[in-house]
Amino acid sequence: MTAAQIADDLLILVVLVDLFTLASSRLGTLIRTVALQGMVLGVLPLVAHPGELTVRTVMLATGSLALKGFVFPWLLFRATRDEAVRREARPYVGYSLSLLVGTVMIGGSFVLGARLPLPFPAVSSLLVPVALSTTMIGLFLIVSRRKAATQVLGYLVLENGIFVFGLTLAVKMPTLVEMGVLLDVFIGVFVMGIALHHIHRNFDSIDTSELTSLKDEP
Amino acid sequence: MIIILVALGVLVASGLGALAAGGRHPLANRVGSLGALAGCALGLAGTAMSRMLGEAPSLRIPWSVPGGELHLEIDALASFFLLLIFGLCLMAALFGSEYLRAHADRKWLGPPWFFFNVLAASMAVVVMAADGILFLMAWEVMALSSYFLVNFEDEKESTRRAGWVYLVATHVGTVFVIVLFMLLGRESGSMDFNRWSGLPGLPPVTAGLLFLLAVVGFGTKAGIVPFHVWLPEAHPAAPAHVSAVMSGVMIKTGIYGLLRVVSFLGTPPAWWAMVLMGIGVTSGLLGVLFAVAQPDLKRVLAYSSVENVGVILLGIGLGLLGISYGEPALVLFGMTGALLHVMNHAIFKGLLFMGAGVAIHGAGTGRIDQLGGLIRKMPIAALAILAGVWAIAGLPPLNGFFGEMLIYIGALEGAGRLEGARVLLPIAALVGLALVSGLAAACFARVFGVCFLGTPRSDEPARASEAGPATLASLLALAALCVIFGLSPGLALSVVAPAAGLLASHSDLTGATALGPAAAQVAGVTHVSMILLALIAALALLRRGLLRGRETRDAVTWDCGYESPTPRMQHTGSSLARPFAEVFPFVMPGRRQTAPPEGHFPAAASLRVVIANPFQEWLYRPAFDRIQRGMSRLRWLQHGRVQLYVLYIVATLIALLAWFMAF
Amino acid sequence: MGTLVRPELLLLHALSLAAAPLLPGLIVRTKALIAGRTGPPLLQGYSDLWKLMGKGAVYSDVTSWLFRAGPVAGLASVVTAWCLLPSWGVSAPLSFAGDLVLFVCLLGLSRFLTVLAALDTGSSFEGMGASREITFSALTEPALFLALATLARATGATSLSGMLGGRMTHAWGAAGSSLALTAVCLFVVLLAENARIPVDDPATHLELTMIHEVMVLDHGGPDLAFIQYGAALKLWVFQALLVGLTLPVRTGGLLADAAAFLMGMIILSMVIGVVESIMARLQLSRVPQLLIGAGALAAFGLILTVR
Repeated sequence: MTAAQIADDLLILVVLVDLFTLASSRLGTLIRTVALQGMVLGVLPLVAHPGELTVRTVMLATGSLALKGFVFPWLLFRATRDEAVRREARPYVGYSLSLLVGTVMIGGSFVLGARLPLPFPAVSSLLVPVALSTTMIGLFLIVSRRKAATQVLGYLVLENGIFVFGLTLAVKMPTLVEMGVLLDVFIGVFVMGIALHHIHRNFDSIDTSELTSLKDEP
Repeated sequence: MIIILVALGVLVASGLGALAAGGRHPLANRVGSLGALAGCALGLAGTAMSRMLGEAPSLRIPWSVPGGELHLEIDALASFFLLLIFGLCLMAALFGSEYLRAHADRKWLGPPWFFFNVLAASMAVVVMAADGILFLMAWEVMALSSYFLVNFEDEKESTRRAGWVYLVATHVGTVFVIVLFMLLGRESGSMDFNRWSGLPGLPPVTAGLLFLLAVVGFGTKAGIVPFHVWLPEAHPAAPAHVSAVMSGVMIKTGIYGLLRVVSFLGTPPAWWAMVLMGIGVTSGLLGVLFAVAQPDLKRVLAYSSVENVGVILLGIGLGLLGISYGEPALVLFGMTGALLHVMNHAIFKGLLFMGAGVAIHGAGTGRIDQLGGLIRKMPIAALAILAGVWAIAGLPPLNGFFGEMLIYIGALEGAGRLEGARVLLPIAALVGLALVSGLAAACFARVFGVCFLGTPRSDEPARASEAGPATLASLLALAALCVIFGLSPGLALSVVAPAAGLLASHSDLTGATALGPAAAQVAGVTHVSMILLALIAALALLRRGLLRGRETRDAVTWDCGYESPTPRMQHTGSSLARPFAEVFPFVMPGRRQTAPPEGHFPAAASLRVVIANPFQEWLYRPAFDRIQRGMSRLRWLQHGRVQLYVLYIVATLIALLAWFMAF
Repeated sequence: MGTLVRPELLLLHALSLAAAPLLPGLIVRTKALIAGRTGPPLLQGYSDLWKLMGKGAVYSDVTSWLFRAGPVAGLASVVTAWCLLPSWGVSAPLSFAGDLVLFVCLLGLSRFLTVLAALDTGSSFEGMGASREITFSALTEPALFLALATLARATGATSLSGMLGGRMTHAWGAAGSSLALTAVCLFVVLLAENARIPVDDPATHLELTMIHEVMVLDHGGPDLAFIQYGAALKLWVFQALLVGLTLPVRTGGLLADAAAFLMGMIILSMVIGVVESIMARLQLSRVPQLLIGAGALAAFGLILTVR
């Protein structure tokens, strides 16, 4: 198996995790699968690098592996520890429909990916479509789920998609991409962590639909 | 050609005769039905003869209508549709002669026969017309005569409302067709179809606009989503044989119009195909899901017509895709499959609507949840209906299967041959069709299982009895066609082949007209059908041999040891539909009203689930309510003073005159 | 049209018709082993069939001729579907371009007839089973079609014998990941279509929770034998499809290929047994999700062949 093949298989795994997040309702399982996605993405730079393996690439890989695969999941587990109901009971968009939408999104991103002009050839032809579909599915998770924790997970999936995108550019401007990606994720989780914490303290729940009660009744 | 003209004459004359016979029912019924039978038989003979001779006869008579001309032409496409129209109307007339007699004590039978015969004649003229004005006139006569037929039971409020919905919808569609024809006339400088075909160098934008007008205008008649709302209202309201004709062939004139106009517009770009395939999948899926949810037998059938039109459009879309991408195999399988499905649907939907008429007449109700056990009350009719159900579910070896199979193979070929993102289209078609046909099988297993099997769920079906000889003859004839075309798909293919060849040759792909590649499928399916039949026979013999001399006895149905099950304990049609509402809540929004049992000795409890049509609920009702509110502001115009009405007329005339002078 | 000419091929095909009832026995035996029991003998299926064949029949007084015809025609359509599927590493008895559509629809026919026969009894239990069956099968059919379309695209053939033939080996090299996804999808379809855990439980006798078993509650005697043999043959057909996909051994030697196929069938039955042992039955409301998920996998696999 060549490096490119392994990279392809890892990217396919990323999409499979996307599909799984659309179908699963259990919070714990969701956090673990997204962690798995993070680990896969951590390994990806090691196989998907175009030239020689540099120290920087290894550091990027180790950093993202640690953050996405262990730190964030741990933080999320902590944030949702006290949650009584550990599953997304009634999402705005049902699981079956979510799966259908996700499949259509994957198809759509392959169409888009084929048309998107890249300044230089990507390591794998799957890179752009996978990035697009992961980003879209992350966005979809954010808008279609009720619980703040699931939305944070959607946000993480979205970030993972952007990370994959970054890999296509990693040849030309590595540092920029790396720093941008990591900082972005970190701030994201930070903000969402605070949001989770506060929603939880004020409403005794992290169901975001409760927030509508803040609106002034006419 | 002469024979067909004579046939049209017979139809109109006998219609007038029936009208003249008026209230005296036996005579009106006899004149009308015999005229319809004779006319349709003649027409069938004439069409068959012209096909045998292999010519495209035409007739051209100058006419005093401005811009128009009496120009009839029977090419391969027209003759294919003529066969369907005359064939199904023949069966429907046979059925109707007995069906209407049951209403003789309450109704005048002259008018329904007049309108029925006029409907048959006008449909024939629609597909033969080679002139825009003539086409529109026939189109309008067709719409009006079917409107009066829908209103047959006009003492019912629901029927009048259905007729009204139909009248509005069909005219909204006609407006689009008129605009389309005016534009075509302007582009070519004539209303003659011959001048329209191969319009040289239409700009792509104009051609696209014309295509969209045709899709909306003819699509409304064909019943595509979202213009389908009239269909489930009008078809159930009409008498059974009229519903059969309307669902079986009248909505196909919409398909005919679309095919005809597309053939005028030159090589189609890929997005036309995408539009048609999109509409096809949407209509198919929504149609079949609504059909599953319906509590009324005839409404199920009406929604299933929406589904089948979707399947047909899917095939046409694949064909157009093949034309625009230059893939002859796609054109061939897509177009042939679509036309085969047009024919098959005419046969089995005609059969099923008439069968539903028999069941409803016999059982006194069309509500699925009150029927049951009819197979033992009317065994022969039920056998014929089983053939129809089997065919419409798209299962081998009956005819419904082969058309769908060709469309499937077209999609598979497309998925195998096209490259890059283009492949996604045939794949979407494949998945859509698989879902639609699976759901259709489920839907009709539900309908047949609940209505004809089990035990009667109320008193009326228990008293039902077998239908009369003419009714049974028409049902059995259609069922026989389902079987024959299923077992020898080559025969069905030969009926369709000239028309499919005509459609394919518009693509400059002359090689695709030979229908050669489908030969392998014909042979394969025939072999497999024979094996299936032989196996059934062998196993039946084995079973009989095994059971000979052994004890077989009757007992009560096993209900976990419960000894006295009642009919009310059976699974109902609504319960069979419920899992689908759970899987597809976004298509079938259900409202449930529950009164749960309360207290230690609960007495009354109820659960009522109504599954609505989201289009009607969220699109049409609000829109029409708003229009009605807007229009009610104009009420002051209507006050009953005749003098002022005359003043309006004068004012309008003066305004028109001024307008003419100004331009 | 491929026709039968060589006697050894005829023998092999006859062997698969004869061996089908072994598979459920293998699965049950595997489950028993894992649970630490001995389990019924491997040939239990045959003695069950023999016993049923020798019995008379009891019919509900509600039923019509359709109830008696259902098992006969249902078995006939499964056997016909089997005729189209290659096994033992050789072509099917019958094949033509596009026969996969007919294959899927013939399986649909047998299901349709079973459902009608179930509704003919007027029993609420059998109605419930029929209701579940038609819902779930409407979702498995697109998944099965997608999986077969992926195979057709990967191998460039539209007949079952063509795509499960020698070209499959090359296809694994060119589109391995797609085929792996397809195999997963087909495995789920196999479990759903053959009434296996996690979709249905063939062992339970609690009528409220079953799908396939509850639909045939009222059949007895030779009719039930037909149904059980049909179910075994259907399992054989689906397993042969999956083995043809995952174990495309084409050495050229008839015996070696056949041995590899047999090996695959045995291993697959044991895998099913293991899955049945370690999984619980899904909530009925979650089953559609599983089936749509399988379809999504197959769709993704098909998309992967495109790029």
